[in-house]
Amino acid sequence: MENFSYTLVIPLILFFTFVFTGLFGGKFKPVISGIICTVSVFISAALSYFAAYQYFFIYGKADGAYRLINVFSFHWLRFNDNLSIDLGILLDPISVMMLIVITTVSLMVHIYSLGYMKGDIGFSRYYAFLSLFTFSMLGLVLSVNIFMTYMFWELVGLSSYLLIGHYYEKPAAVSASKKAFIVTRFADLGFLIGILLLSAFAGTFDFNKLTDPNGGAILQSASATFLGLSAITWALILIFMGCAGKSAMFPLHIWLPDAMEGPTPVSALIHAATMVVAGVYLVARLFPLYVFTSPQALEVVAYVGAFTSLFAAIIACTQTDIKRVLAFSTISQIGYMMVALGVSGYGAEEGLGFMASMFHLFTHAMFKALLFLCAGSIIHAIHTNEISEMGNLRKYMPVTHITFLIACLAIAGVPPLSGFFSKDEILVAAVEKNFVIFLVQYIVAGITAFYMFRLYFMVFWSRDTKYEHDPHESPKVMLFSLVFLAVAAALAGFIPFSEFVTSNGVPFASHIHLSVALPTVALALAGILTAYFLYKKESGSPDKITNSLGIIYRSAYRKFYIDEVYLFVTKKIIFNLISIPVAWFDRNVVDNAMNGIAFTTNYISEKIKVMQSGQLQQYAFVMIAGMILIFLLTLYLIIV
Amino acid sequence: MPEGIGIQHFLILSTLMFFIGVYGFLTRKNLITILLSVELILNSVNINFVAINKYLYPENLGGHFFAMFVIAIAATEVAVAIAIIISLYRKLKMIDVENVNEMKY
Amino acid sequence: MDLIYLILIPVITVISIVLSENRKQSRVIAAVGTGLQLLFSVYLVVLYLTERGAGNLEEMLFSHKYLWFSSLNIYFSTGVDGISVSLILLTSVILFTGVLASWDVEYLYKEFFISLIVLATGVFGFFISLDLFTMFLFYELAVIPMYLLIGIWGSGKKEYSAMKLTLMLMGASAVLLVGLLGIYSYSSPTGATPLTFNIIEISKIHIPIEAQRYFFPMVFVGFGVLGALFPFHTWSPDGHASAPTAVSMLHAGVLMKMGGYGCLRVAMFLLPDAANEMAWIFIILTSISIVYGAFGAIVQKDLKYINAYSSVSHCGLVLFAVLMINKIAMNGAVLQMISHGLMTALFFALIGMIYGRTHTRDIREMGGLMKIMPFLAVCYMIAGFASLGLPGLSGFVAEMTIFIGAFQNADLFHRGLTILACSSIVITAVYILRVVAALLLGPANRNFPGTKNDAVWNEKAVTFILILAIVGMGLAPFWLSDMILNSLNPIVQKLALLK
Repeated sequence: MENFSYTLVIPLILFFTFVFTGLFGGKFKPVISGIICTVSVFISAALSYFAAYQYFFIYGKADGAYRLINVFSFHWLRFNDNLSIDLGILLDPISVMMLIVITTVSLMVHIYSLGYMKGDIGFSRYYAFLSLFTFSMLGLVLSVNIFMTYMFWELVGLSSYLLIGHYYEKPAAVSASKKAFIVTRFADLGFLIGILLLSAFAGTFDFNKLTDPNGGAILQSASATFLGLSAITWALILIFMGCAGKSAMFPLHIWLPDAMEGPTPVSALIHAATMVVAGVYLVARLFPLYVFTSPQALEVVAYVGAFTSLFAAIIACTQTDIKRVLAFSTISQIGYMMVALGVSGYGAEEGLGFMASMFHLFTHAMFKALLFLCAGSIIHAIHTNEISEMGNLRKYMPVTHITFLIACLAIAGVPPLSGFFSKDEILVAAVEKNFVIFLVQYIVAGITAFYMFRLYFMVFWSRDTKYEHDPHESPKVMLFSLVFLAVAAALAGFIPFSEFVTSNGVPFASHIHLSVALPTVALALAGILTAYFLYKKESGSPDKITNSLGIIYRSAYRKFYIDEVYLFVTKKIIFNLISIPVAWFDRNVVDNAMNGIAFTTNYISEKIKVMQSGQLQQYAFVMIAGMILIFLLTLYLIIV
Repeated sequence: MPEGIGIQHFLILSTLMFFIGVYGFLTRKNLITILLSVELILNSVNINFVAINKYLYPENLGGHFFAMFVIAIAATEVAVAIAIIISLYRKLKMIDVENVNEMKY
Repeated sequence: MDLIYLILIPVITVISIVLSENRKQSRVIAAVGTGLQLLFSVYLVVLYLTERGAGNLEEMLFSHKYLWFSSLNIYFSTGVDGISVSLILLTSVILFTGVLASWDVEYLYKEFFISLIVLATGVFGFFISLDLFTMFLFYELAVIPMYLLIGIWGSGKKEYSAMKLTLMLMGASAVLLVGLLGIYSYSSPTGATPLTFNIIEISKIHIPIEAQRYFFPMVFVGFGVLGALFPFHTWSPDGHASAPTAVSMLHAGVLMKMGGYGCLRVAMFLLPDAANEMAWIFIILTSISIVYGAFGAIVQKDLKYINAYSSVSHCGLVLFAVLMINKIAMNGAVLQMISHGLMTALFFALIGMIYGRTHTRDIREMGGLMKIMPFLAVCYMIAGFASLGLPGLSGFVAEMTIFIGAFQNADLFHRGLTILACSSIVITAVYILRVVAALLLGPANRNFPGTKNDAVWNEKAVTFILILAIVGMGLAPFWLSDMILNSLNPIVQKLALLK
C-alpha cells in the first residue's frame, strides 16, 4: 500500500549530481553542468511534490492524525545498543512541508542562476555547490536521528561557507565566509554539547523515541539539575544555541549580513529561505521535548526570538545596502518564527503557535526568496548594492517592480497576501500566552512594513537617477523564477495550513481573528504610509529625522556595534590574550624546559671533561690515590 | 739461605721498590724514566712472587713461573713503550710527558 | 597466513634497494615493495574480516611464536586484532604514499629509501608484536632512522631538531623500558611459571596494585611522549618542521600512533588498577594538550608548525579518549588515530608539494594559490575540512565517537573536560579557515618564480589515495568501527571489572 522508498532518491540524486559536477564539471561547457543540476533538482522537486501529495492526502493519516513514517533507516555508526548514528528518512508533516519549500526555492534559484551567473568563471563549481547545499538541506530535514541532523547541519554550514566565498578573490567575501563558518561553528558547539547531554539522559539519538510525548525520553528526563535548571533544560538551551547560530538569532546573528557577499541567488536560497530556518525547524522537530520537559527553554526561545526580531527590524531601517536590509529583515522574520514556537503549546488548538511558525516559515520562504531574487535582478542590471544609487527603476524593470511590490506587501502583512495570514496566526498565538511578547511583535510588524516600503520606494520611485547604461530587464529565465515565486507568495496564504501541519499531527481549523488582524493591518498600512511620505519623492526629511535621532541612528546604522564587540573578543582576547601567550609559553617555557634539561647535561659534562686532561701522571695519581683510599677504608672497616 | 733473612725483609724491600717506582712514575717528566719506574714496580712484584713462593709454598713453582711471565711481559712492554716513545720523539722532538696530551677530551 | 611477511616484504625491499644501480631503479623498487605491502595489508584486512565472520573468537588472530632468547623466555610472538589490523593498513597506506611523495629525492636517494622503509619495518613489527620485548625492540628500530632522515634530508634547523626529537624519544623509551621490565618482573606471581613478556599471558594474571602504581606512569609517559603528551610534545613542532615531506607524513601519520597504541595495549591493558586510579592526572594533561595545541596553532605562521600544533591537539584527543576507560571512547581513540594519520599525512604531503613550488612555508608570503595551483588547493581544503571534523570525512567520525564515549562517564569531572575538548573543534575551525583564507583564497598576490603549474602524476596519486581513504572512512565508518569495537572487549572488560 504505502511505499515511500522513492523518497530516498530526493536527496541522493543531488548528491550524485554534486559529485559528478564537482569532479567533471570542468570537462564540458559550463551551461551543461548548470542544466544537469537544474534537471536533477527538478526531479527531486517533482518527487517531493508527489511525496507530499501521497503523505498529506493518501497515506499519511492514521486515526485522524498525521503520523511519523520511518521510511527507512540503518545504523551508520553504532556505539552501543542504544546509541547509534542512523541514516534514514523520516516523513512527518513538517519534514514533508520542508521538502516542498526546499525543492521549490532551490529549483527556482537553479533556474534563475542560469541567467544570473552566466559567464561566471566558477559556473559549474557554483552549481556543484548548490547541489551539495540542496542535498544537505534535504538530508537535514529528513533526518531520523538527531546526530544525522547534526551531520547535515554541518554540511549546510560547509556549503554556505563555500557559496559565500564563491568570489574567493574578493577579500570581503573570504572573510565573510570565514566569519559565517566560525560563528555557526561556535553555535554548533552548543548544539553538540546539547546532543551529548540529551543522549546521556534520554539514552538515545532517535527522533522517534526522543519526541514521542509518551516515550521514555520525556518521562525519565529532568532528574539531574545543574545551576538550578534541570539537565534536560540545559541540553535544550544548548541545542537552541545551535539553532540560534544557524538562524542568526541575537547575539549570533553577525554572520548573516556579511554573508550577503555571496552571489545573490545564494542569499535567496541559503540565507533567506532554507538554511537559516533550519534552527526553527530543529526546535520544531524537538518540540515535544521542549514543551513537556522544559518550559524554561521554550521561554528562552520566545524571548530571544522577540528581542531579535525587534533588534533586527530597527537596524533594517537604517541600512543602505539592499541585500543587508533584506538580511536584517530575514533575521527579524525568523525571530517571529521563534516567538511563535516559544509561545506555543502542544496539541491541536493549543499548538497554534507551532502551526503559525511553520506557516510563516513556508510563506516567508516564498516571499523572501522572491525579494532576494528581485534584488539580484536589480543588481544584475545596475551593478551596485547601494540603494542611494538606485531610483526610478520601475520604468526600466516592470516585471521586477511588480514582483517586488507583491513580496513587499506580503511581508508587510497586507491581506490577502500570504504574509498576512501567517503573521496573524503568530500574533494570535502570542496574545494568548504572553502580552509583552505580543506587543513587541506587533510593533515589529509596523516597522517591517516601514523598512520594506522604504526600500521599495527608494529603489523603484524616488529620484530620477542617471545610470551609465540604461538598466534593462533581466533575461527570461530569471523573470520566470520571479513570477513563479510571486504567485506563490501571493497565494500561499490560502493554504489551510492547520489542516496539515500541527504540533501533534491532529488537523484543526484556524480562523482569522479580526481583533488581532485589524490593528495589525492598520499598523502595517501606517508604516507603508510613513515610508510613502518620506521616500516616495526625494526630500530632505529623512535626513532631518536621522540627524535628530543622532546617536541612536548611528548606533543602529553600525548594527549596535555588535560586530565590534566580536572583533574585540576575537582579535584582542583570543589572539592577543590567549593564542599568542600560549604560543610564547610553548616556545619559551615548555620547550625551554626541555632544552634546559639538555643544556644542563651539556653544562655538567663541560665541567667534568676538564678531568680528562690527557696528563698520564694525573690519571695515575688519581688512580693510586683512589686505591689508597679504598685500602684505608677497608682497613678501617676491618678494624672497626 | 742466609741466616736471619726472613720473608719480611723481602717484603719490605719489594714494598720500598714499589713505592719508589710509583713515586717515580708520578713525578718524573721524562718518559724513559717513567718507563724505568714501571720496571721497578714490576720487579718489586717479581721479588714478592719469588719470595712468597720460596718461604710459604716451597713445594710449588707457581711464583717462579709468574715471575718469569712478568719478565717476559715487561720485555715486550719495554719494546712497545720504547717504540711509542721513539715515535713521539720523532713527532714532538722531546719526550716530556706533560706535552703528550693527544688524548685530551 | 603468517604475519612475518609484513616484516619480510620491507626487508626484501631494502635489500633490493641496496642492490639497485641507479635512482630510477631504487625508487621503482621502493614503490613496488611498499605497494606490495599495501596490497598485502588490504589482503590481511579481508582475511581478518572473513576469519571473524566465520566465527573465530580468539583474541588474537594469526598468532605465531618464534623463539628469540630462551633463557629469558623472550619470544617473537605475533598476532593481530582489529586495532592492529587497522593500524597496519594505515601504516602501509602512508608508507606507500610517502614513497610516492618523495619520488624526486636526489641526494643520497638509496639511503633515503632504505631508512624510510627500515623505519616502516619497525612500525609494522611494533604493531604485530605480542611480546613486550620485541615490541620495544621494534619501537626503537622505528625511532632511530628518524634521526638520520631528519638530520640528513631535512631542512632548516635540521640537526637541532633531529637531535631534540631523538633525545626526547630516547629519554621516553628509557622510562618505558624500566616500566616494561617492571611488568616483566611481576609477570609470574606464583613463581610456578617462568617470567614472561607475552602480553596475552600477562593480561591473564594480576599484578599487585603497589607495583602498578610505579609502572603505569612510566609506561604511559613513555608511550605518551611519542603521542605528544603535554608537556613532552615540543619535539613535534621542530621535528615536523625540519623533516622532509615523507618523513613528516610517516612521523605524524604513523609514529605518533604507536604512542596511542602502546598506551592502550600496554599501559591500560596490563596495568588496569593503576589506570583506573591515575587516569585523572593524565586526563588533565591531555585536555591541556587538546586545547593548548589548538590555541598554539592559531598564531603560527609556518604551515608545518600549524600542522604540528594541530597534531598535538588531535593526538591529545587520542590519549584523552584512551583514558576515558569505556568502549565507545576507546573505539573513538583508534578511529582518531587512523583518521588523524590519514589527514595529517595528506596535509604534510600537500605542504611539501606547495613548498616545492613556492619555496616558502610562511603563510604571509602566499595567497591566492587557488588560482595558481587549483588541484593542490582543493586538496588542501579537503584536508582542512577533514581536520576540522566535517561530516563525510574521517575526522568527524572519530571525534564524535570520542565525544559521545567520553560523555558516557557520568561525573562532572569527565563531562566538564569533555566539553572543554569539544570546544577544540571551534578553535580548529578558526585556525584551519585562517590558513585556507590566507593561503588559498584572496587575490594571487605574487607570482612564484619557476612555478610548476599544478600537481604531477605522482603527487596526484598521493593525494588521490589519501583523500579516497579519508572519504571512504568518512562515508562508511561502520565496518572499521565494528572491527575495532569487537577487539576492544578484552581491554575494556579488564579495565571495567576493576572499576
